[in-house]
Amino acid sequence: MAELTLLEAVNKALAYEMAADQDVILLGEDIGVNGGVFRATDGLQDRFGEDRVVDTPLAESLIAGMTIGLAAQGLKPVAEIQFMGFIYPTIDQILNHAARLRTRTRGRISCPMVLRAPFGGGIHAPEHHSESTEAMFAHIPGLRVVIPSSPARAYGLLLAAIRDPDPVIFLEPKRVYRMLKQDIDDSGEALPLDVCFTVRQGTDITLVSWGAMIHETLQAADQLEAEGIDCEVIDVATIKPLDVETILESVQRTGRCVIIHEAARTAGFGAEIAANLAEFGLMNLFAPVGRVTGFDTVMPLHLLEKFYMPSTENICATVRQTMEYS
Amino acid sequence: MTKVAVASFDIEFYQYLNPRGEILGDLPEFAKRAADLIPLYRDMIVTRIFDSKAVTLQRTGQMGTYASSAGQEASVVGLSRAMHKEDMLFPTYREHGAYLARGVTMTELFVYWGGNEEGMNFANACGDFPVCIPIATQVPHAVGAAYAFKLRGQPRVAVPVCGDGATSKGDFYEGINAAGVWNLPCVFAVINNQWAISQPRSRQSACQTMAQKAIAAGIPGEQVDGNDVIAVYDRFVKALNRARSGGGPTLIESITYRMSDHTTADDAGRYRNEQELIQQKALDPIDRLNTYLIEQSVWSEQQNQQLIEEVTAEVDAAANDYLNTPRRAPHTIFDCLYETLPKAYQSQAGRLTALGDV
Repeated sequence: MAELTLLEAVNKALAYEMAADQDVILLGEDIGVNGGVFRATDGLQDRFGEDRVVDTPLAESLIAGMTIGLAAQGLKPVAEIQFMGFIYPTIDQILNHAARLRTRTRGRISCPMVLRAPFGGGIHAPEHHSESTEAMFAHIPGLRVVIPSSPARAYGLLLAAIRDPDPVIFLEPKRVYRMLKQDIDDSGEALPLDVCFTVRQGTDITLVSWGAMIHETLQAADQLEAEGIDCEVIDVATIKPLDVETILESVQRTGRCVIIHEAARTAGFGAEIAANLAEFGLMNLFAPVGRVTGFDTVMPLHLLEKFYMPSTENICATVRQTMEYS
Repeated sequence: MTKVAVASFDIEFYQYLNPRGEILGDLPEFAKRAADLIPLYRDMIVTRIFDSKAVTLQRTGQMGTYASSAGQEASVVGLSRAMHKEDMLFPTYREHGAYLARGVTMTELFVYWGGNEEGMNFANACGDFPVCIPIATQVPHAVGAAYAFKLRGQPRVAVPVCGDGATSKGDFYEGINAAGVWNLPCVFAVINNQWAISQPRSRQSACQTMAQKAIAAGIPGEQVDGNDVIAVYDRFVKALNRARSGGGPTLIESITYRMSDHTTADDAGRYRNEQELIQQKALDPIDRLNTYLIEQSVWSEQQNQQLIEEVTAEVDAAANDYLNTPRRAPHTIFDCLYETLPKAYQSQAGRLTALGDV
């Protein structure tokens, strides 16, 4: 066991799988000699060589496109996009090819790839470095979209993503990269994809979140406990495909739900969860489903970013409001 | 002030068989016996008759929108016959003849253009990529495959094909650039058919040749007469051999002409001068090889008629097979979405399963 940050857990998972499986290959900008701008791939080029930890030219569409070509050859490429703000050139490749290659060849060619990218705000980064646009990927049929919220989840879910036979978008909440440490046994044990994790049991209300916002959500749950409100907290983890059953089952018990995400409100992934609750859980609800989200504005530069991002106070306020319905 | 030239380049143009069917200079070894060219001639006839049938099927409401390759037969046949079986083709939507030469069946191609993904399953043939419709996006796929070939020490070459319009796109440049950086076994085919839907070659780039775009990527680039199957085959064999033996990538611009509309949904009469088409017909790749073979007394008008009849019967039989191919049951759209359909989508799939084999 070792105490690891989320960033170190990513590095450990990559190293474990590269050692275990010769077909795993990493590629991206500055991931080799430099070990990645956040150091997620630190030391891996020294250990596994330049051929398997590949510094690419500065071309994101190339990275995504060649990842597809590598995967189609039976390799298991894990590509890094340096920041989510630079991921958009890859959407052509991901949507038009990676996500549909299996379908459009009737299973003849598959695409077992992972595209990793740090996302989200709160680290005072320059413009274009802080957005949360996970819902764009969640809309693409054929993909998995996985978001760890802790070191342990990053380790286990990344291993699962690499071993998955289909393309996975793996979004790492960079605000959590060095926020906390957890004991992790580097045993190569993966966590399951396609399921939510209930990270706190409670009886009064279900709080649903993912990524960095899990931490504000858990803080809110602690504060609300002092006020006598017992919150259940669900970490969605795999937003596509969504494990709606875990959420419905929880809301069936609590009768109330607040969804928390950093991304802009309109067509954010919270809307999909709320729609599922309206379709399949309405009769269990005592109160309208609440949403605590980023605003429908351009993500502001860092001086104002804290006003954009949901805070523990915002979450508490919405929960209190939701509890008022009887 | 110091001023010195730090880079210079030439782009060569290769041609063996001119539009009148005359040989220029010494032929390469494979073409020395004229009779040995008959298989390439046959492939071109197959391609043209297949295209013609596909357009007829579309016009009569029996197939979907189709992109004919009429006029480009020498380019697609030459490059695909130059490839080894284990090489990998990454075509656009207009290289039907290349697929056929590589073992994809006519029925499979009809099935795909008839609206069924099963046609890209290539059940009995090669591992080539499916057709690529978003322009130039297949170029990075080929670079990835070529990287895998090199990593594994396999003597294989990736061959992405794209058009003149595709050279305007980022994916094209990102691909050739990376192949240069890593010295990958990749031969980039630019089939310059002079038109990108309604826009002529001159509207794609002010550069004198598309081949010279290779120079910016640090790789060799050359032009070939894309209506001369001898030249296309010869230049691709040389580039493929070089790539296979570690010599790195090459870009070959194949100068040809799109004699058809862009697709059956297009009307080139809206933007193309009829006179241009008439001029280009004089450069036809099939006519010129036919002229040469007859002049060399290894081919006759009668043999030509026989070949056309035989191939027409083969294409008609494949079309019948296609028309008799059962439709896939609706629920099969979920079959290959993931290796195992996630639980989250099983109820959606169930709605189509309930419809049965409609």
